[in-house]
Amino acid sequence: MDKLIIGGHEFNSRFILGSGKYSLELIKSAVENAGAEIITLALRRADCGNVANILDYIPEGVTLLPNTSGARNAEEAVRIARLSRELGCGDFVKIEVIRDSKYLLPDNAETVKATEILAKEGFIVMPYMYPDLNTARDLVNAGASAVMPLASPIGSNKGLCTKDFIQILIDEIDLPIIVDAGIGRPSQACEVMEMGADAVMANTAIATAGNIPLMAEAFRKAIEAGRSAYLSGLGRVKEKGASASSPLTGVLGE
Amino acid sequence: MLNHMEYLDGMENIGSEIQDKVISAMNDYNPDNYTDEDVINALNDDVCTVEDYKALLSPSAEKFLEEIAQKARYEKQKHFGNSVYMFTPLYISNYCENLCVYCGFNCKNKIHRAKLNYEEIEREMQAISKTGLQEILILTGESRKYSDVEYIGEACKIASKYFKVVGLEIYPVNSDEYKYLHECGADYVTVFQETYNSDKYSELHLGGHKRIFPYRFNAQERALMGGMRGVGFASLLGLDNFRKDAFATGLHASLIQKKYPHAEIAISCPRLRPIINNENINPRDVHERQLLQIVCAYRIFLPYSNITISTRENQKFRDNIVDISATKISAGVDVGIGGHGDGEKKGDEQFEISDPRNVQQVYNALIAKGLQPVMSDYIYV
Repeated sequence: MDKLIIGGHEFNSRFILGSGKYSLELIKSAVENAGAEIITLALRRADCGNVANILDYIPEGVTLLPNTSGARNAEEAVRIARLSRELGCGDFVKIEVIRDSKYLLPDNAETVKATEILAKEGFIVMPYMYPDLNTARDLVNAGASAVMPLASPIGSNKGLCTKDFIQILIDEIDLPIIVDAGIGRPSQACEVMEMGADAVMANTAIATAGNIPLMAEAFRKAIEAGRSAYLSGLGRVKEKGASASSPLTGVLGE
Repeated sequence: MLNHMEYLDGMENIGSEIQDKVISAMNDYNPDNYTDEDVINALNDDVCTVEDYKALLSPSAEKFLEEIAQKARYEKQKHFGNSVYMFTPLYISNYCENLCVYCGFNCKNKIHRAKLNYEEIEREMQAISKTGLQEILILTGESRKYSDVEYIGEACKIASKYFKVVGLEIYPVNSDEYKYLHECGADYVTVFQETYNSDKYSELHLGGHKRIFPYRFNAQERALMGGMRGVGFASLLGLDNFRKDAFATGLHASLIQKKYPHAEIAISCPRLRPIINNENINPRDVHERQLLQIVCAYRIFLPYSNITISTRENQKFRDNIVDISATKISAGVDVGIGGHGDGEKKGDEQFEISDPRNVQQVYNALIAKGLQPVMSDYIYV
């Protein structure tokens, strides 16, 4: 079976769903239609008092991936991660360190620092990062369980702006590469899976769709299609040009 | 009368360059110079430049209001999805040392003055937190004598027991005082500049610390220097040329974000409301149509910023504007002193509110529109 393995945990689905920006009532049907087994959760959104708690809307059996959004440096990310564990949100954590309120681009250096501290404390650390090979190697050495490069700025729906750099990570890094942020449509999710990414994370594209459950389903199918294409090897043929029907080396006489 | 451009003793002068930039750009801006073509170009641009922003705020843009609203909604959805943040203001004191001719709290206005003691603050906050809200905005009239920094700090400490997000809308203070208030639990500071036209400002703010224009202007920067996470900006639309004031407000916010990239930015969009004992104030100078244009222009120019819509506006306008452009809405609002708990109201209101709905009613209205009410988006770390 083709499993996604993160920190020793096995998943059948390669679609990680964000939970922000939704109507809570729609989260359950989005998760089901997406076939998602992992859903991210901004800890700063959790425990919303007695009116609405997002945790009550997440179906059982789905793995929570709390994120450290709101952290501006490694220290704050570490504190939020520890708080998340104390609140019973498990050992998975997605590191987000952002100190730019306009573009919301991650701070790679601080992300590496936070990863190192939290990995030592036994967290399964999945850092969100700007796709840079040197940083990705540092993250591997720091004990990350996956690497989550951005496709384009969060919420921009601009698709694969960083395509070539993500391809380098796919080719060079042995951890799962989960493309996160900026994927605006199912065809883009499909493309990144064809390239060999291990999983896709999406939020805004689904949360702001006209029909949320239907868009969740469209993403699931696109991700599955892209994965199958990658496994079949067709993606590679397309990438390097079609094979000539008469082999070039056919000119050789001996 | 005090020179409104000169700092008083004890007022920290941080020597920021932002004020000169904003004032000179505002003086250069003539809203009547922008044509339909400028507006169309602004609508077609992916990134809203300062020139685009000027066009979107111009009288020419009024006939493109539908297109502007569509673009604003698109930007809002990209950055905030369906989320709308809920909060309530809590006025803990209405003593004021300023003489602002348009404000119900001004020191010469004969209203019932009051200040909550710590026990009363706690009771009010308990009552508010029971409604499910997790964000509170603490307000005072502007009196260092009656509501000093220590008093406000204690209020912040009490607030952090009941709420995840504590904001302040108080008189401007020095950066070390903002640092102290941050340590007490506050993380957001909003200061309304009221008008960016300093001459008009001096005609409207006749006395008190508030008369000093540059000290107020630089408050957000001092707050960020003191460690606050976010800052809010506003002009009180209708005091002067509202298009120029709106332009200056957005530009001020964008320059602060550029200088302090981590800072969270928020904009409020108040327009004049009737107040007790002043029949001359005409709240109709800025009509709903123009207010919508401005709030949409704010969104397109500052797509990442929060925009707050207060109960100065009515229910219908508020419910629609959070779908189009605003991201933050107050609920269960009382702008007097004491009125949330079981106790008697102690002091009069700052202005008349137009949307008296409680938290659950606003919550239900957001759900009915397919929006997602968010009580907290923040962890104090």
